[in-house]
Amino acid sequence: MPFGNTHNKLKMNYSSDQEFPDLTKHNNHMAKILTPEIYSNLRDKETPSGFTLDDVIQTGIDNPGHPFIMTVGCVAGDEETYEVFKELLDPVIEDRHGGYKPSDKHKTDINPDNLQGGDDLDSNYVLSSRVRTGRSVRGFCLPPHCSRGERRAIEDLSIQSLDVLDGDLKGTYYALKNMTDEEQQQLIDDHFLFDKPVSPLLLASGMARDWPDGRGIWHNEGKTFLVWVNEEDHLRVISMQKGGNMKEVFNRFCTGLTKIESLFKDRGHEFMWNEHLGYVLTCPSNLGTGLRAGVHVKIPNLSKHESFGEVLKRLRLQKRGTGGVDTAAVGGVFDISNADRLGFSEVELVQMVVDGVRLMVDMEKRLEAGQAIDDLMPEQK
Amino acid sequence: MASNFYRILSSKRNVGILSLVGAGSITGAVLLRREHVTASAHVRRTYPASAEYPDLRQHNNCMASHLTPAIYAKLCDKSTPNGYTLDQAIQTGVDNPGHPFIKTVGMVAGDEETYEVFADLLDPIIRERHNGYDSRTMTHPTDLDSSKLHSGLFDERYVLSSRVRTGRSIRGLSLPPACTRAERREVERVTVDALAGLSGDLAGKYYSLTQMTDAEQQQLIDDHFLFDKPVSPLLTCAGMARDWPDARGIWHNNEKTFLVWINEEDHTRVISMEKGGNMKRVFDRFCRGLKEVERMIQEKGWEFMWNEKLGYILSCPSNLGTGLRAGVHVNLPRLSKDPRFSKILDNLRLQKRGTGGVDTAAVGSTFDISNLDRLGQSEVQLVQTVVDGVNYLIECEKKLEKGQDIKVPAPPKGN
Repeated sequence: MPFGNTHNKLKMNYSSDQEFPDLTKHNNHMAKILTPEIYSNLRDKETPSGFTLDDVIQTGIDNPGHPFIMTVGCVAGDEETYEVFKELLDPVIEDRHGGYKPSDKHKTDINPDNLQGGDDLDSNYVLSSRVRTGRSVRGFCLPPHCSRGERRAIEDLSIQSLDVLDGDLKGTYYALKNMTDEEQQQLIDDHFLFDKPVSPLLLASGMARDWPDGRGIWHNEGKTFLVWVNEEDHLRVISMQKGGNMKEVFNRFCTGLTKIESLFKDRGHEFMWNEHLGYVLTCPSNLGTGLRAGVHVKIPNLSKHESFGEVLKRLRLQKRGTGGVDTAAVGGVFDISNADRLGFSEVELVQMVVDGVRLMVDMEKRLEAGQAIDDLMPEQK
Repeated sequence: MASNFYRILSSKRNVGILSLVGAGSITGAVLLRREHVTASAHVRRTYPASAEYPDLRQHNNCMASHLTPAIYAKLCDKSTPNGYTLDQAIQTGVDNPGHPFIKTVGMVAGDEETYEVFADLLDPIIRERHNGYDSRTMTHPTDLDSSKLHSGLFDERYVLSSRVRTGRSIRGLSLPPACTRAERREVERVTVDALAGLSGDLAGKYYSLTQMTDAEQQQLIDDHFLFDKPVSPLLTCAGMARDWPDARGIWHNNEKTFLVWINEEDHTRVISMEKGGNMKRVFDRFCRGLKEVERMIQEKGWEFMWNEKLGYILSCPSNLGTGLRAGVHVNLPRLSKDPRFSKILDNLRLQKRGTGGVDTAAVGSTFDISNLDRLGQSEVQLVQTVVDGVNYLIECEKKLEKGQDIKVPAPPKGN
């Protein structure tokens, strides 16, 4: 129990109104949905591992949000959080994931053969391709709540499993606390090294506790398949390469993920998954597939076009700067990825990215040639 | 010791817990009873203490120096009656390995009982931090009779300002690392209530951080009164910034010489200050104000956390005892360049800081000089130490002005 206020018995000496947080200046999903009544209904509950409502919402209280960006404002401490606190989390999920209902079923599909095309994106425009997701190991608490013992156990399990990978997936694990200076520099140069979280969104949820204990980075020799251990989730799995061959990236992604899952199963562990929420991760925004498939694409003309925003919206895509979420684009190069996570399968989301980026590159070529793009405007997906 | 942690129940308070201490030592106390929740097949794994013991090999703080695997194993399943655990108390020290030159404490208290339940770890830390003070055998003297202070008027050609600060905790409410929102709001209510009863030169006004107007905020910044949300990871990792700025605020008297911070690093921080060298008046007002506030809260059935072993109880073990830092901003252009300056300060039991506070650099040759010690000596003794010490520093400066030599004073007896 990371926080001092998780000793629920003490809080119960005060009325719900006395404990209810001041959310008047707040603009995040949690603050929109948490009423005094919901708070009152949930505040005496805990998951079996002792995660409480206040633990779930602390990050959203401490980070009121931004007028333009709507953050989630809550996290899960374990798999059961999504069940015990469903009265709060179901509406948050519905709000965040385009109306996804508590009765909806999520489809998982990581068969790369189901992806059409994707090996044909023009590398003059598409500079790099990447797919990432997360996985949680069932039976362990999630980063906001896990103890040091649990975090180390997850690390050990991960190392054991990843060590078995061979062929083009064969690689090495670099524990953050044992890294040499050279290893660290190389990982920085490769843009692989993740640093201790500085975002208050993460810090306020307790994810940075005990840093860098139990954290590390694994990658294959070719530097195209990468696993982060115990950063924001138990595992973050990334497949990437230069150029526009998203099909190859996705192939490797699916193959690697499937292998890792079976290696964990060999050791008696499975990933957190259910048919309603798909893969269960720390942040409700990453439920379902937890998948972000994206490219760095050069679209200086299209990005200045008045319809750019509308194009993205219809294609169900999202733009970011090349430094990742909330950075600015440099030189007309944008990070374009799927906006959805839940309610669509992995194949469907990558298909949207492949088809959408192909179209955007066509639009860019038209605009380069001084031609219009009206006839290319897509329907709303 | 049994009576020290007995909470006073007041009919006006809604808190139904008593923290009764058994004779000798506090046992494991109450571990959270798990309410029935939605059934799940996956029970949280438990690990042996050795699997949970933090990696402190890169660490240099008092907690890391004293938390052996054996002590960790002994204490890791214990909690205070409120449910505060060892892992919570040491989290800040685990997350902040420290600095090779500055030794931080590395743990905090979530409530008054922390100091008892985790005494096996806190006692050696207190000994290290407070010059060998052993709370099992010694008692801490409290003395707020400011009439005992002598020679408290400094030469204002050298001393620019004088200040005394301390902290106070309200017994029965958890401390900032662990308090719930309702408890924090209760601290605010109790304190603001009491301050509203002050009169004369102590009459003043409360500015709540959540309700402050822009104009009020600007004025408080200009007066150098406004405290901001903690950014130091030492504090944020201890959970002190949760729910900011709920129930935080600043109270000051109309003359701007007596100031109280509410729910920042401690329940309350109390500050008396003024320009110039009249430390006597600053200390008079300090003692008077503190006693008045204490009287007001007692009228409503509350009291400060205090016991004769550890004095006033605060969040950080470094502030036990008096929690008092008495200091001046003093100009010492020649003495500060003398190679013996540090040694002189050491032997006078004084500490130098920049005028921006702890860990800032001095500007020009103006230093913040204050007492090193907090526990084991009374308020009167510590302020006298500062008075005598600063007077000595000024004498040295004057001698150097005249081209005379200065002497390093002998260290105090027992050092």
